[in-house]
Amino acid sequence: MRASTRLAAAATIAVAALTAGGCSAGGSGDQPVELTYWAWAPNLDKVVEIWNDQNPDIQVTVNKQDGGDPAITKLLTAIKAGSGAPDLIQAEYQKIPTLVSSDALADISGELDGSVADEFSDGTWDSVTLGGDAVYAVPQDSGPMMFYYRADIFEELGLAVPTTWDEYAEAARAVTAARPGSFLGTFSANDAGWFSGLAQQAGASWWGIDGDAWSVDIDAEPTQKVAQYWGGLVEEGVIDNKPMYTPEWNAGLNDGTQLGWISSVWGPGVLAGNAPDTEGLWKAALLPQWNAGDEANGNWGGSSTAVTTQSDHTAEAVEFATWLNTDPEAVAALADISGVYPAAVDAAADALSDPPAFIANQPEFYELAAQASEQVQNFTYGPNVNVAFSAYNDEFATAAEARTAAAFTEAVRRMQKITVDDLESAGFTVE
Amino acid sequence: MTSPRGGRTGRILIPYAMLAPGIVLFVLFMAAPILYTLVLSFQKTQVEGLGLGSGARKTVFAGLENYAAALDPEFLASVGRVLLYGLILVPAMLLLALLFALLLDSRRSRATTFSRVTIFLPYAVPAVISSLLWGFLYLPAVSPAYWIFERLGWDAPRILSNDLVIFAIANIALWGGVGFNMIVMYTSLRAVPTEIYEAARLDGATETQIALRIKVPIIAPAVVMTALFSMVATLQVFAEPTTLRPLSNSLSTTWTPLMKVYRDAFTRDDLGSAAASSVVIALATFLLSFLFLRIVQRRAFGQED
Repeated sequence: MRASTRLAAAATIAVAALTAGGCSAGGSGDQPVELTYWAWAPNLDKVVEIWNDQNPDIQVTVNKQDGGDPAITKLLTAIKAGSGAPDLIQAEYQKIPTLVSSDALADISGELDGSVADEFSDGTWDSVTLGGDAVYAVPQDSGPMMFYYRADIFEELGLAVPTTWDEYAEAARAVTAARPGSFLGTFSANDAGWFSGLAQQAGASWWGIDGDAWSVDIDAEPTQKVAQYWGGLVEEGVIDNKPMYTPEWNAGLNDGTQLGWISSVWGPGVLAGNAPDTEGLWKAALLPQWNAGDEANGNWGGSSTAVTTQSDHTAEAVEFATWLNTDPEAVAALADISGVYPAAVDAAADALSDPPAFIANQPEFYELAAQASEQVQNFTYGPNVNVAFSAYNDEFATAAEARTAAAFTEAVRRMQKITVDDLESAGFTVE
Repeated sequence: MTSPRGGRTGRILIPYAMLAPGIVLFVLFMAAPILYTLVLSFQKTQVEGLGLGSGARKTVFAGLENYAAALDPEFLASVGRVLLYGLILVPAMLLLALLFALLLDSRRSRATTFSRVTIFLPYAVPAVISSLLWGFLYLPAVSPAYWIFERLGWDAPRILSNDLVIFAIANIALWGGVGFNMIVMYTSLRAVPTEIYEAARLDGATETQIALRIKVPIIAPAVVMTALFSMVATLQVFAEPTTLRPLSNSLSTTWTPLMKVYRDAFTRDDLGSAAASSVVIALATFLLSFLFLRIVQRRAFGQED
């Protein structure tokens, strides 16, 4: 007993001595503010080094995380425990409402420069404000959706790149007619973010805040239209119903039986990994539109920089988050070093010039991406995105297997019911 | 004799001191989590209004609400699926294991060590890995089996379709379990005195008669035990369907009861329901094992009483 007390005392003194040493090394009386930042984007620490060199009074330490979901689970645990959270965290857009309702994110609208909002597209900005006056994060990267196709096969079949969904359906029919067993794309039931991006393009916003109540609008005209469209193509047999990211799907991309992919700005990276034999054969285009001449797009993926409620230096954290995501030098570093597609529209356009190596045959790739990014529609995520997304997996898997348009629209209805039931049973006020 | 290290009390304490690490570990990693699960199963998170901002979420007593919710149609459907899966898997697995054990034990079999190891080997492969391997074999575009079928001009059934996926999963579990059960039965066969067989042969019994009339009844307790283990393992099926799920539209996130528990706890962040479902599954497993033993005990273990 006595020995352990003495040991503890010695340890305390040692720690105190070390801390004192650390302080004196910091220099001239005024200690720098130390911020911790949990993030998973590759090489983000190298981007942050630029800030640390320029701002000796606010030093940021990047704490590398395993990925989006584990970081969020860890943060929620720290919030429940009352300590241990970082000052800043990289949060995907669809996680923000859950984090806010768990009281993990600070409202930074008070500290944030009003002009920051102008740097981002309305759709992206909406994701960090939840459609209200509060601001819960600064957007970092975005995933505007794009359409990838095998340019060589399109030429061979004499197909034009579809600009509307009607043309896309025609092209899908032409592909399957000319090459039985080949498809222009697949309807995948294993990624809800993909489908919600398509619904977003059609004008859907699955959640909304109306005064003191949440509204859920999954089962509304835009989403029903998207479900009906894809269900119809699957029923016709001109669009595949296999899930994405399976060995089978990869093989299809690689051997040319899957010759199109509705994806996102980060698509070339995935194609490079899954279909390496087809380098240089793909091209990107804007997403087909519902009406000719429209300019609407959806987001699939993307994340933001948020300040946690446990931070003692909110103002400094906001200053850093603003710099990281809007300063031209920082945005260029995000694109070059971390390889993300920055959310700041103009800064990203300046920073990105050369196309990704896999799609080097299309020099204008990032001009298209910028256009796609500007067209992203408003979309509000709700506090139970996890429930709605897991309902998507189950309901649309059944529908994709049933291969009827009626099953697809029924799946949308079921998603709405499951999402509303969950909100109500948790006690939320639902309109 | 007196112990050199201490008196009577010292000697009484020694066994407890030696048991202590085991008891501490049991309490920490078995009893405490079970108790915590029970506590969680009576709690739920309650939110008010929009649920935004500080203090919007609090944990409240839920009574039996979680248990009522646990027995929803989704859960019952998953239970039904697992029962059907067990009806397919357990008899097939035990019959195969028994057949292999009897064949290896017969006088005419050669290279028994090699065969034993080969049959046992799949048991040593983790379920996730074997599911990934079988997954490749099940996907028409990448499967060598489908390739051969195509060359032969045969129409191969799509095993990951709604109707067949249960067999696809039972097949993975079958090869994972046959080896282990075979070893248990084979070991108890080796313990049978050979004089019994000699006597039977003198009476004119064939090898098949010896196997069915002598060997099988003698190793009945081992068969019962493997049946019990297999039933418990069946109720806990999780890794195989979870690994195959991304490859197919036929497997929901609540395909088995444990998958539903996992989804509720980690995807939907609803620990209360997940805990309640877990308690229900544990009780059902206990009850089934107990009933099964009651029914077969007399017949299987009769000679041991």
